[in-house]
Amino acid sequence: MPVIDLANPSRFLSIVNRLLPWLTAATIILFVVGLYRGMNAPDDYQQGATVKIMFLHVPAAWLGMFGWGLMSVAALGTLVWRHPLADVAGKAAAPIGAAFTFICLVTGSLWGRPTWGTYWVWDARLTSMLVLLLLYLGVIAIYWTAEEPGRGARAAAILSLVGAVNLPIIKFSVDWWNTLHQPASVFRIGGPTIDPALLAPLLIMALAFTLLFVTLHLASMRNEILRRRVRSMRLLQAQELAEAT
Amino acid sequence: MNLGPHADFIVAAYAVTIFVVAALAAWIALDYSIQQRILGDLEGRGITRRSHRKG
Repeated sequence: MPVIDLANPSRFLSIVNRLLPWLTAATIILFVVGLYRGMNAPDDYQQGATVKIMFLHVPAAWLGMFGWGLMSVAALGTLVWRHPLADVAGKAAAPIGAAFTFICLVTGSLWGRPTWGTYWVWDARLTSMLVLLLLYLGVIAIYWTAEEPGRGARAAAILSLVGAVNLPIIKFSVDWWNTLHQPASVFRIGGPTIDPALLAPLLIMALAFTLLFVTLHLASMRNEILRRRVRSMRLLQAQELAEAT
Repeated sequence: MNLGPHADFIVAAYAVTIFVVAALAAWIALDYSIQQRILGDLEGRGITRRSHRKG
């Protein structure tokens, strides 16, 4: 099948309808394996059992950032190529990315209290992640309040591209500033510093969360395509009624 | 499995995550059924998309 076929919304819907059951099953299986491995992983020598929060917090953080990256690529598709599916992809990713960023912030806060002695501190990593959540809420607000979808899509795409500046700030905040948050311990030059007994369940959970994101995103894109069909059919109906009277 | 002295924090983190993911999935599933129902209703009233019209 040529990749260009995916550009056709009807063809895209047919592929998504076939893919979703398989993706859902794979996501559930990976979560079962990841949670089993995570719950049976040894305690950290410093943090004790609270290290189990890492299996939620870290993948949620990665996917919060991944969601914005996806929206930035989709924004290019909207602004440069004016592709309708690009806008659908951007709009569908926003609430999912926001949910993962929210999970990251809440689980981080719940991990911080027993580890650092505080739920929140205005350090660079935490603050830049909070900014990401606020940016997500801004994009969602633009999409849902725009009277004309095309104009809303362009405004959201511009905000997505501008907000992408925050991604390297989040990633390198722990290197650029003196933060309470620990530096990178998985994706770093020299390899991961986490013990393999904790790294393996973390990577399985990260894969499970990624599949969850993809599954929810495709389902949400399907909804958006249907919503646009409803809108165009209602406009046609209104136009026909106006012509008849 | 012993979650130690900070079990409340661990349980709360998992509970919040499950709640947010379940709410998101339920919202998407509900939205799908709503859009399907509206589309079915419009098609039932003989309204078709421009691309599906003949002639």
